[in-house]
Amino acid sequence: MHPDDKAALHRQAFLEEAADLVAEWEECMLLLDRGVDPDTVDRLFRAVHTLKGAGAMFGFEDLAAFLHDLETVLDQVRSGERSMERPLVDLLLRSRDHAAAILQGGGSFAERQEILAQMRGFLEQTKAAGEPAGVEEQRAAATEDAVASGAAGPPRLWRIRFRPQTDIFRTGLDPARLIEELATLGEAEVILHDEAVPPLTDLDPESCHLAWEVLLTTAAPEPTIRDVFIFVEGEAAVRIEPVDYEGERPPRLGEILAHRGDAEPAAIEAVLAERKPVGEVLVEAGVVAPAQVAAALAEQRGLSQVRAATATETATIRVPAAKLDALVDLVGGLVTAQARLSQVALEQGLGVLDAVAEELERLTSALRDTSLGLRMLPIGSTFSRFRRLVRDLSAELGKDIVLVTRGEETELDKTMLERLGDPLVHLLRNSVDHGIEPPDERVAKGKPRQGTILLEAEHVGGEVAIRITDDGRGIDADRVRAKAVEKGIIAADMALSREEILQLIFAPGLSTAQKVSNVSGRGVGMDVVKRNIEALRGRVFLASTMGQGTTITIRLPLTLAIIDGLLVRVEDAFFVLPLAAVEETVELTAAARAASAARLIPRRGELVPYVSVREAFGVPGTPPAIEQAVIVRVGDRLLGVVVDTVVGQHQTVIKSLGRVFHHVRGISGATILGDGSIALIVDLPALAP
Amino acid sequence: MKRILTVDDSSSVRQMVRLTLEGAGYSVVEAVDGQDALTKVSPPPDLIITDLNMPNLDGIGLIRALRAQPATKFTPILMLTTESQEVKKQEGKAAGATGWIVKPFTPDQLVAVVRKVLR
Repeated sequence: MHPDDKAALHRQAFLEEAADLVAEWEECMLLLDRGVDPDTVDRLFRAVHTLKGAGAMFGFEDLAAFLHDLETVLDQVRSGERSMERPLVDLLLRSRDHAAAILQGGGSFAERQEILAQMRGFLEQTKAAGEPAGVEEQRAAATEDAVASGAAGPPRLWRIRFRPQTDIFRTGLDPARLIEELATLGEAEVILHDEAVPPLTDLDPESCHLAWEVLLTTAAPEPTIRDVFIFVEGEAAVRIEPVDYEGERPPRLGEILAHRGDAEPAAIEAVLAERKPVGEVLVEAGVVAPAQVAAALAEQRGLSQVRAATATETATIRVPAAKLDALVDLVGGLVTAQARLSQVALEQGLGVLDAVAEELERLTSALRDTSLGLRMLPIGSTFSRFRRLVRDLSAELGKDIVLVTRGEETELDKTMLERLGDPLVHLLRNSVDHGIEPPDERVAKGKPRQGTILLEAEHVGGEVAIRITDDGRGIDADRVRAKAVEKGIIAADMALSREEILQLIFAPGLSTAQKVSNVSGRGVGMDVVKRNIEALRGRVFLASTMGQGTTITIRLPLTLAIIDGLLVRVEDAFFVLPLAAVEETVELTAAARAASAARLIPRRGELVPYVSVREAFGVPGTPPAIEQAVIVRVGDRLLGVVVDTVVGQHQTVIKSLGRVFHHVRGISGATILGDGSIALIVDLPALAP
Repeated sequence: MKRILTVDDSSSVRQMVRLTLEGAGYSVVEAVDGQDALTKVSPPPDLIITDLNMPNLDGIGLIRALRAQPATKFTPILMLTTESQEVKKQEGKAAGATGWIVKPFTPDQLVAVVRKVLR
């Protein structure tokens, strides 16, 4: 049930009960009119008391406040402190009517004030009218205290000594329950003190002779800890103290001697080892009990843990970037060597080696993630310089533009971040120059005078998405088309959708700026941006609405160095598909191949187009009877990549192919396999038909 | 499942206590006053929540009676009090109540106090 529904249900139940209580009130008044007897006063008090208590719980705080003084007066009558005279009976009757009115959502404020004033008059007649106000003040003060000290700070070590009253069991409270509750606040070390337990012959099993000491490491403030013991307050002995030994301890004698060169550390250790620990000596001497030593030792452990925790919170070190690069290179080498080891283990069939290889694989994979994580930087560090760029450019062009950034904390590989700078500058220049209109034009169009460019980054799956959105004039598809025809990029009669025309922006040699300005149009077009992003194994998308603005989305992998790949084989050639893109693998039989001339694989009711790697890369030979189609996601579409066999998952250290092969389509790099041979990394977007 | 006995002459409070505790995974038995409660304690419940002001047998009387019976001698008992009932609260503690809940309370506060005394 929804909490609101529950509250409504409780409220309804209260209203029904309240009607009965008001009726009871009325009846009591009639009885009191005939003569005052204690039973009737009792009944009346209970009706008012219940109305007040339940009312406050079910949303009738007005009613509860109204009945507060009335209840006090009735209690005084009940205890004989005052008598029930005529004027009071009249006032009670009037109060009943007013309470009934409040329950029905009415009751005038003036009436209430008048009744309350008279009621207070009766209260003052008896005595100590100031008491309720005093209580209110105290309560307010207590709340403020709790707020002031209630903020959770860094974890601290607390020493809590708890000796329950001997008859605690007779209150129905299990002291162990309190220790358990303490342990929910943080890390607790519990020491039981049973020194006071009498010999069995004298033992009263219904009495508690145990005491506890709890060393609690918690961020909870003291009042929260004290609250645990609220039901035994004033009865059990509870001491709660923070454990803080101020300042650094001076070095021990042995340490000083070793440091001065007066004695070998090993020799000191050896001598000390023969000596009995202090605790043991003290117990033997009868100075302390074993449990007390155990408690002190636990305190020592807790203290060092708290200190260690505080130390790690603040420790950061600066490391030259080159060292991190070297580390990632080494990890790359390690991953390759580990692959070779796994291969050897497999070939030799050595069970022992297998286990070691598996362990090593797990460790390398963790090491890879950790070291790559070291190179991740928040993208916000580059965003700040763009704000300056946009301001300067818009001033130069006489435009009024604000750059809004979002997702500054999104992390990206350092190298990637460096190489992303130029494309982003170019895209921002485009938005400032071509996208956002001059102020007067914007006002004429009913847009705000100030243009906005939104630059945002976020993690989407295993990728980073960076978006540049402007609220400018958008891209004129007709002009792009005319330009493309003029430049001979498309034929004049080619039928293209608006989306397809917009994608022409990325075609080499197309620039739509009517005049070449200082800002953009310097011969570097969108084709260069696209190539730069693709060199980072990323992709660029463009969306634009005429008159409303343009959004360019860049999607990048998190890292350039090492990826998880799916190793596949065609004849003797190995290929790697980025695992992040892989959805599943299905079989493709010769019969299914023959059945679909359009090269489609049925998959859960939808048809997925496929590409044969064998054909795409011209691998000689004939395909096996059953091929494997790896279904991958490219952008928001699915594609089947058909290979001979799927070998398995592979940690792929990406090596670039060198300049000679830079323009080979469909291949983004290579990696070295365990046996020293090479596998090519497939560039999936380039493979899509 | 832990069984809780709620004792209150206010039906709306009983209902709120019952629905809240049933929602928290307890089974709940209701009694309308102390006398009624005494007929519903065998087998003894795991926890008893009682109001103080009730006809026939009030909360304090109930707590004393329960503590006098071997079966409920050690059963946790929570009393419902109001801010202005400090004296009553002390009386209840002296009679053997385990703890108290100050009215008005919210369902969350009720569950928190119940968890405090019930394993």
